Amino acid sequence: MEGFPILTVLIFVPLVGTAVISALPARFEKATVARNTAVGFSLVTLVLAAIVLIDFDTAIGSLQFVDRATWIAPSGIQWLVGVNGISIFMVALTAFLFPLCFIFLKQPEQNRRPYFALILMLQSGCLGAFLAQDLFLFFVFFEVVLVPMYFLIGRFGHARAKFASAKFFIFTMAGSALMLVGILAVALLTANKTGAPLTFDVESLAIADALSVAEARWVFLAFAIGFGVKVPLFPIHIWLPDAHTEAPTAGSIILAGVLLKLGTYGFLRFGIFLFPEAADFFAPVLMGLAVVGILYGAVVATMQKDLKRLVAYSSIAHLGFVVLGLFALNSQGISGAVLQMLNHGLSTGALFLLVGYLYERRHTRQISELEGIQKVAPIFAALFTVVMLSSIGLPGLNGFVGEFLILLGAFDAHRWFAVVATSGVILAAVYLLWAYKRVFHGPVEGENAKTPDLKWKERIGVGLFIVPIVLIGVYPRLLLNRIEPAVDNTIAHIQNVIGTEIDLTGEHESPHSEEGGEHR
Amino acid sequence: MAEALTNTVWFLPLAPLVGFLVLVFGFDKVFDSRNSQKNVPEKRIGWLASGFVITAFVFAVLQFVALLSLDGHDRAVTKTLYSWIPVGSLKVDISFLVDPLSVTMILFITGVGALIHIYAVYYMHGDKDYRRFFSYLNLFVFSMIILVMADNLLLSFLGWEGVGVCSYFLISFWFDKRENASAGSKAFITNRVGDFGFMLAIFFTFQAFGSLGWQDISHGASSATASTVSIIVLLLMLGAAGKSAQIPLQVWLPNAMAGPTPVSALIHAATMVTAGVYLLVRVSPLLEASYDWVPQVIMWIGLVTALVAALSAMAQTDIKRVLAYSTISQLGFMFVAIGAGAPVAAIFHMITHAFFKALLFLGAGSVTHAMDGEQDINKMGGLSKHLRYTTPLFLVGWLAISGVPPFSGFWSKDEILAGVYNNNRFAYVLLLLAAGVTGFYMTRLVLKVFFGKPNYTHTPHESGKGILLPLYGLAALAIVAGILNLPFSKDLLVLEHWLEPALEGGFVKHLSFGGGTQWVLGILSIIVGGLAMFLAFRIYHSNRFGSIQKVVEHQFFYKAWHIDQALTSFVGGKGNRMFQKAADFDTKVVDGTVMGVASNTKKLGGVVRLFQTGKIRSYALWVTLGAVALLVYFLIRAL
Amino acid sequence: MSIVAVAVSPSWYLILSGVLFSIGVLGLLVRRNPLVMFMCVELMLNAVNLTFVTFAREFGHLGGQAAVLFVLTVAAAEVVVGLAILVSVLRLRPGATADDISSLKG
Repeated sequence: MEGFPILTVLIFVPLVGTAVISALPARFEKATVARNTAVGFSLVTLVLAAIVLIDFDTAIGSLQFVDRATWIAPSGIQWLVGVNGISIFMVALTAFLFPLCFIFLKQPEQNRRPYFALILMLQSGCLGAFLAQDLFLFFVFFEVVLVPMYFLIGRFGHARAKFASAKFFIFTMAGSALMLVGILAVALLTANKTGAPLTFDVESLAIADALSVAEARWVFLAFAIGFGVKVPLFPIHIWLPDAHTEAPTAGSIILAGVLLKLGTYGFLRFGIFLFPEAADFFAPVLMGLAVVGILYGAVVATMQKDLKRLVAYSSIAHLGFVVLGLFALNSQGISGAVLQMLNHGLSTGALFLLVGYLYERRHTRQISELEGIQKVAPIFAALFTVVMLSSIGLPGLNGFVGEFLILLGAFDAHRWFAVVATSGVILAAVYLLWAYKRVFHGPVEGENAKTPDLKWKERIGVGLFIVPIVLIGVYPRLLLNRIEPAVDNTIAHIQNVIGTEIDLTGEHESPHSEEGGEHR
Repeated sequence: MAEALTNTVWFLPLAPLVGFLVLVFGFDKVFDSRNSQKNVPEKRIGWLASGFVITAFVFAVLQFVALLSLDGHDRAVTKTLYSWIPVGSLKVDISFLVDPLSVTMILFITGVGALIHIYAVYYMHGDKDYRRFFSYLNLFVFSMIILVMADNLLLSFLGWEGVGVCSYFLISFWFDKRENASAGSKAFITNRVGDFGFMLAIFFTFQAFGSLGWQDISHGASSATASTVSIIVLLLMLGAAGKSAQIPLQVWLPNAMAGPTPVSALIHAATMVTAGVYLLVRVSPLLEASYDWVPQVIMWIGLVTALVAALSAMAQTDIKRVLAYSTISQLGFMFVAIGAGAPVAAIFHMITHAFFKALLFLGAGSVTHAMDGEQDINKMGGLSKHLRYTTPLFLVGWLAISGVPPFSGFWSKDEILAGVYNNNRFAYVLLLLAAGVTGFYMTRLVLKVFFGKPNYTHTPHESGKGILLPLYGLAALAIVAGILNLPFSKDLLVLEHWLEPALEGGFVKHLSFGGGTQWVLGILSIIVGGLAMFLAFRIYHSNRFGSIQKVVEHQFFYKAWHIDQALTSFVGGKGNRMFQKAADFDTKVVDGTVMGVASNTKKLGGVVRLFQTGKIRSYALWVTLGAVALLVYFLIRAL
Repeated sequence: MSIVAVAVSPSWYLILSGVLFSIGVLGLLVRRNPLVMFMCVELMLNAVNLTFVTFAREFGHLGGQAAVLFVLTVAAAEVVVGLAILVSVLRLRPGATADDISSLKG
């Protein structure tokens, strides 16, 4: 594999798929040609991602498979892609979720070609964003993602889809506008101060670490707003429930599984990595918002009448855990957060898939109209139960490992945040169990009694989620082995920059930021 | 030899796990060559599941043998399978600790479990979800084994949650009734409140000891600060209160009786609910290292629970609810023992309780079977004529729980009483009272169910051999289990010697009085128990003391002191309203702000749009005017 | 011939270009026929081109010439697109004036 630009190819394969599907003549509209093409391209992507995953060297924490080429020379903008233990699982998740959406979901009645073309383009954008190691390139992909998602929600969604997609677009756009300012600021300021040529290379910007404390904090804030919208953090989460509820099932799965992770991944890779001191300075604020999100998302989820909206709010709570772990700024917290990003993609993705199946059967998502489904669809109920328990964070399934590590890390860093966040564990059980009880338990009557159970194909679809759910819960070392070196690298960098000893293992006293900044 | 035998410890959890998987995926159907019919014979499913639990029991016995072959102080073998969650300094392994405590637990769990499985094979006859039932049961046994065998706090938590989930599944097993479904979620969520404490305890433990292993905790306990240790113990107590239904988290257990009777016997009487007791005994060295008042808190929680629950049990009319409150009360006894520094007594009582309470529950199952599912004891009576085998078996349970010598309950309860007397005389009196009430309500139950006038019209039928067989086994155990720890001489304290290495450095208060006092205490408890039983006999058999009966069966006791009601109305009322307020806040305030910004932007656009006439020539005019204006500006500047 | 002696100074070209540009502007504002308006735009573009060439010559700098080429290319492209739109609009609504085509009204 030496010299083969596998990551570049990985990014472009789905894009080629988009081009091919767009070029398909209209007479293929009715057939499954578009779908099969999409499946083909996404499977090639999956294979490439699998090769990267297998070839990945677990001992190395820094970037691997790096591809570098000059793109816009005068501005020092490069085509720079690489993968480390943090991004590799995001790439794997992206490569895993997309073919699943193609294979196991019904295709729309009309406009099939644009549907598949858009989703493939979305995949390209997501992969690019996770792999880009040049700030500008990252921003390009970060924005590219918005376009297909906008159309996916707007054209293929439910009743209020147009409204929801506009809301989604405007919110994220506003956030990323600020981020663009931040990106330009960090690159220009660094170039100014070091005298080196302008570059957007993340690693060299991080190593140069040229911004003054005040500058770094302002720029970090710009990043934080951009990523915070995407995560989404309380109180800028309000686009999410609408977008999730109105999106088609594939859109919801991708939105929850991959797009939200762009926010948390961005926080880690760009926010924290570029501005460790600022991250440490703002950590209490962000952890506070995360804790509020955990409790608030759970409480609001409890009162939802729409099943899909409930899952959407549960995402807010879950992503709150991720942010909490990231800003613990220690090994357990960050490793747990990275793991939890993946976990959330799996469990929430599977929940959306199941809710989608339920909607196909009953044409309603109103909890009050559903009852006793377990009687007529026992396998549906069983699979839902497993996924639900994963989402609740039951030990032995994936969610627990992530949540536990996050809370343990946060406990070391800021005890009280962790204590309050732990009560989110109770609330998670409340909203999901209560919803389960109302939908699946109780007497079954009328329309509900005619709900067909999952077909074999659908069972396999959900099963593909459940395999990693169980595997990660039982043997998380498979992932932690790869995550930890990269996380240690990041933490070593944070230590270097802050200059204060942060114990990797715990007993981490929040180092005082002022002193940390002065001596540079 | 011990080495080889302890290597087989992995078969313990493996057996029921395989059972679960076989049942879930229907692998047993593969071997079904002779019939192609859809319905696999249910008995085979049941026996398959039972077989896996019996296998686990066999391996539990092997562990016991292995430990016997070792010297007292070597009786702690750690077996590691693989590293589970290693991050930074955190190292949590999938590993088991084979020591006297865990082996004791595992013996009675798999033993009683196997008997109850066999019972269920017959009891669940004809249920449509036979397969689902047994898969849950096997999963439960698996989780329970993990819980007690785990060598660290986190793996134990895995089992802890696993049994919680199985309990949830099995309580809401007959989910088409809404009450059953609610009871299941209530149990799980109440337990989660306890788990909140458990998880925090894990964090504190890791911070204090840098490890989660039981042995590291035991060894490090004395060097940690008392305040940290106290916090850990109290948090663990919160977890234990959830699982073992202690005040204020006891509310779920009476509702849990919605599950099938074998479940009530296995999970909600014999095994799972004792997990909290096990947990606190396990961390006994932490109790020793904590502030003096911490064990006192545990003792008083147990004592209040024991009294309140016993005083609720005497007013219940549902046979299973009587037993449920009785279970809560008996668990309270065990916590009292732990708090009083008598962990051996707690374990002893846990074992005997497992025998006689399982016996009582299964007997109750046999009774309701005979009554076609009727559980109201007011509609029973005189059943001793019809149930010729169940009656004497149930009576054994009654005598055991009421503390009549020489039945097992007497010995274990007496040991607890002695431990409390050693610690706090006032608490002793209260506990003695609770023991008396126990005798009272059990006598009431027995009289109302088996004696007196029948309040039904049909002819009850005795249960089959399959149901009775496990009852015989449990009855035998309930009679003789007292020999495990007889107080007459040091050599007879078998259980105490056996558990000694596991409780090293633990919170154990030795009795400050001699055998003479113990005799007096024993006789005292016999007298109190006898009086209570006599009183019950006079009220419910001779129909005397109507006024006392009215007090005893007062609504206040029937509703279990209105605790559940108060909590439910709080959660359903105020709690619900608060949640709704949060949801409204989200739509009105958060979303409202956003939508407000949007609509204002729209309004602004409405003004600006007037310029967009759509006529190209008007645009051209504007452009021209602009250009001219610019021109004029530059001209003026140039001048 | 003495008339030849009167040198054609750059300002002549500039004046011519100004005149052409003004004619274009006036035409654009006054006429309603979209085709004629189009021609007026072309007139304005070429007026500017003339200025470019004049100054290029004046300052001996090739930048102006290059700009003209750019403008010519863009104008050509614009004509193609514009005429195509115009033709399809007129096909839908024959005899439409510029004022009739106002569907982009805000």
